[in-house]
Amino acid sequence: MTTDLSARISPEVPEVSASTTTAGRGKRPRPPFGVSAISLLAVLIALFSLIPLGYVAYMTAATGWNTAVGLIFRPRVGELLLNTVMLVVFTVPICLVLGVGGAWLVERTKLRGHRWWAVALAAPLAIPAFVNSYAWVTAVPSLEGIWSGVLIATLSYFPLVYIPAAATLGRLDPAIEQSAASLGLGPWAIFFRVVLPQLRIAMTGGALLVSLHLLAEYGAFAMIRFDTFTTAIMTQFQSTFNGTAGNMLASVLVFFCLILLLAEVRSRGNARYARIGSGAQAKPTRLPLHHYQIPSQLALLALTVLAFGLPIFFVLRWVVAGGARVWSADEFLPALLQTLAYGTVGAAATIVVGFPMAYLAVRHPSWFSKMLELSNYVTSSLPGIVVGLAFVTVSIRMVPGVYQTSGVLIAAYVLLFLPRALVNIRSGLAQAPKELDEAAQSLGKAPLVSFLKVTLRLTAPAAAGGAALVFLAIVNELTATLLLSPNGTHTLATEFWSKSSEIDYSGAAPYALLMILLSAPMTYLLFQQSKKVAGQ
Amino acid sequence: MKIRANALAGIALAATAALSLTACGNGTASSAATESAAADTATSTKVGGEITVYNAQHDTLTKEWVDAFTKQTGVKVTVRQGSDTELSNQIVQEGAASPADVFLTENSPAMAQVENAGLFADIDKATVDQVPAEYRPSTNKWTGIAARSTVLVYDKTKISDDKLPKSMLDLAKPEWKGRWAASPSGADFQAIVAALLEQKGEAATTEWLKGMKDNFKGYKGNSTAMKAVNAGEVDAALIYHYYYYGDQAKTGENSKNVTPYFFKNQDPGAFLSVSGGGVLKSSKNSAAAQAFIKFITGKQGQEVLKNGTSYEYAIASNVDSNAKLVPIKDLQAPTVDPAKLNSAKVTDLMTKAGLL
Repeated sequence: MTTDLSARISPEVPEVSASTTTAGRGKRPRPPFGVSAISLLAVLIALFSLIPLGYVAYMTAATGWNTAVGLIFRPRVGELLLNTVMLVVFTVPICLVLGVGGAWLVERTKLRGHRWWAVALAAPLAIPAFVNSYAWVTAVPSLEGIWSGVLIATLSYFPLVYIPAAATLGRLDPAIEQSAASLGLGPWAIFFRVVLPQLRIAMTGGALLVSLHLLAEYGAFAMIRFDTFTTAIMTQFQSTFNGTAGNMLASVLVFFCLILLLAEVRSRGNARYARIGSGAQAKPTRLPLHHYQIPSQLALLALTVLAFGLPIFFVLRWVVAGGARVWSADEFLPALLQTLAYGTVGAAATIVVGFPMAYLAVRHPSWFSKMLELSNYVTSSLPGIVVGLAFVTVSIRMVPGVYQTSGVLIAAYVLLFLPRALVNIRSGLAQAPKELDEAAQSLGKAPLVSFLKVTLRLTAPAAAGGAALVFLAIVNELTATLLLSPNGTHTLATEFWSKSSEIDYSGAAPYALLMILLSAPMTYLLFQQSKKVAGQ
Repeated sequence: MKIRANALAGIALAATAALSLTACGNGTASSAATESAAADTATSTKVGGEITVYNAQHDTLTKEWVDAFTKQTGVKVTVRQGSDTELSNQIVQEGAASPADVFLTENSPAMAQVENAGLFADIDKATVDQVPAEYRPSTNKWTGIAARSTVLVYDKTKISDDKLPKSMLDLAKPEWKGRWAASPSGADFQAIVAALLEQKGEAATTEWLKGMKDNFKGYKGNSTAMKAVNAGEVDAALIYHYYYYGDQAKTGENSKNVTPYFFKNQDPGAFLSVSGGGVLKSSKNSAAAQAFIKFITGKQGQEVLKNGTSYEYAIASNVDSNAKLVPIKDLQAPTVDPAKLNSAKVTDLMTKAGLL
């Protein structure tokens, strides 16, 4: 999928103060390849990021007014619009309640076993939504339509709210709450009037993420016969490859995404959340639960069982039912190897591409670097299906040389998952002081050498974390992979999809199991990272 | 902070890999142009080289064909999996640059589309001679390779024999509201609509699609639609026959409460959909591509249909179909020229009716 969690919860990266030391041997320290070269690179990458948006705009313009109007303003689009809006309107608030409520119980109350619950509530993220859907359809075969969509989407995505909310709650300054209490507010009033407002950024960010996932999800909804724009675009694609009707649906979908991005920016507000002045921050106090202890435990248990236990149970049940037949090495192994290869190369490429942008943002922050980052941020918020469609069309019509190569698929992964890498590289770079680079240069190292030996080495661990996140996002990517995979390519996700589409549920199970196993470390990493980022 | 040089080395290595990968793809696209064998009439079993098959047929069936063909000829076959009209539109857009050598479908409309774009080479005469005239277009730009019959699978407990529809057209009547399932997004169903369009014309088809939109419940895929009947969610589903027979042969868990009903009487609902195979003009290894089509319409290829798990009808080289099926001559299918099925018009009409 697209946007990234840690991108939303990271605070502003602290600016490294410009050094005033001049180098000892009268040489002015220089950046490794010259800022202009890096800027050029970053501009190229940003322009590349804009291909999907440009494609949608161009296609809409090329279609001609009358045709476009005919294809956009028709009853079927009305149905899809209603479905999509309903889905967002119902799922997002439920996710907010579950995510914030869960986070508050785990972080701010004397909940028994809260350390364990903290991980358990993040765990559902390890289950790709389309695997979740497959398990639920097995459990309740009659699942279909909007309410099933809300159910599955909620269970799959509430951790996207829970994780940033928990991270924020864990480091709120208790002094504010204590002041409120001393002024006579009860615990409920404190929660709603003091704590909740401070969660605003985490909540709007989480809500945006959930909404974008809802717009982009294909597999989970296709399985329960719930039509959204993305499933309808896929249907059109399967009927006409990239026909006009599908392109017009894509433009409506993109419009929707942009509206959401704007709404989030507006609702963030620009209030100040950081404390002023020095002073040690105390650990937040935990409220005793008294007779709410058991209901809280039961509620969290129910949520975890539905979102995590049930899918795991049914995946395993299918694995057992399938027996040895489903692990046939000549199908399973290639899919695993290709998935790992795409994941590795895609992650590496994303890190390489992310470096120039992150470097500019940290070492030479300006409106220019902000624009570059924004251009990519918008693209990575677009559903995979739009990026896939754009790349198919552009490669087939303009650069037939790369058409259907794995390079195009890797490029799509880079665009979709760049923010995950950017956040990590940025924080890594910010922690690698410019002064060390300068010191190395003043001792006679060439700029490039000092960059490689000092800055890059200090940034490497953070970049590796970003690479891991990108890797695992690629493992679970279905939509763009279906559209762009070269001839003969089978990944775990696409194999799972083709097997489950033929209702060979036991044949699909090993692929589902492996995706979950590969996703588990990512979820843990994300969880740890959110704590760390919040603690900075 | 601990500095790990190996992390740096790893990043550098991965970057190199990424760059080389992006630069040249993974070999599938930059396959060296294989020697185009001049001998079209090659009857020898060793052809050699490699071909790419754009496959909209079930991948299990194609895999059986491909494995047997490779074993016999040594030709390496790469398969791209997709759906009928997705791949046909893709071939049309790719034009002369298409990586595809062979195109296999489940239904005829997609074949007709590629033929109309002038992208198919003539099928070798030896291959044409293996296939009866009713299962190939008169132009011989492609050939039938298998066939499937339209069928209504229904739940006996919900529909008594006297209440079964006489014709597929009855399903658009109000008494069928909410009672039947179909998979309109699939090429399978779109072929049925294409046959209806060919037999009854645009006005009648539009009318029927409108009734369908009011009455039917949409599912993704024929097997899913059948499963819905089996689970009691709907009374009947309009699908192809082999989904039922294939499931019966496996465990029957998705079809134990389901009965197949054939419309017969040359009804639009008795449509026999011909799966097609063709060789692209732009093929760089047309000898191997022609040999592949000859192989699957030959005795050995057709016996895969008879003895395998696909349960599709065998149509060529005098091979009988699987004994479990209703014999093909008893189906009383309407006569439809497969070359005349218009997929673009059908998607258009279905989009207009709000089904896509």
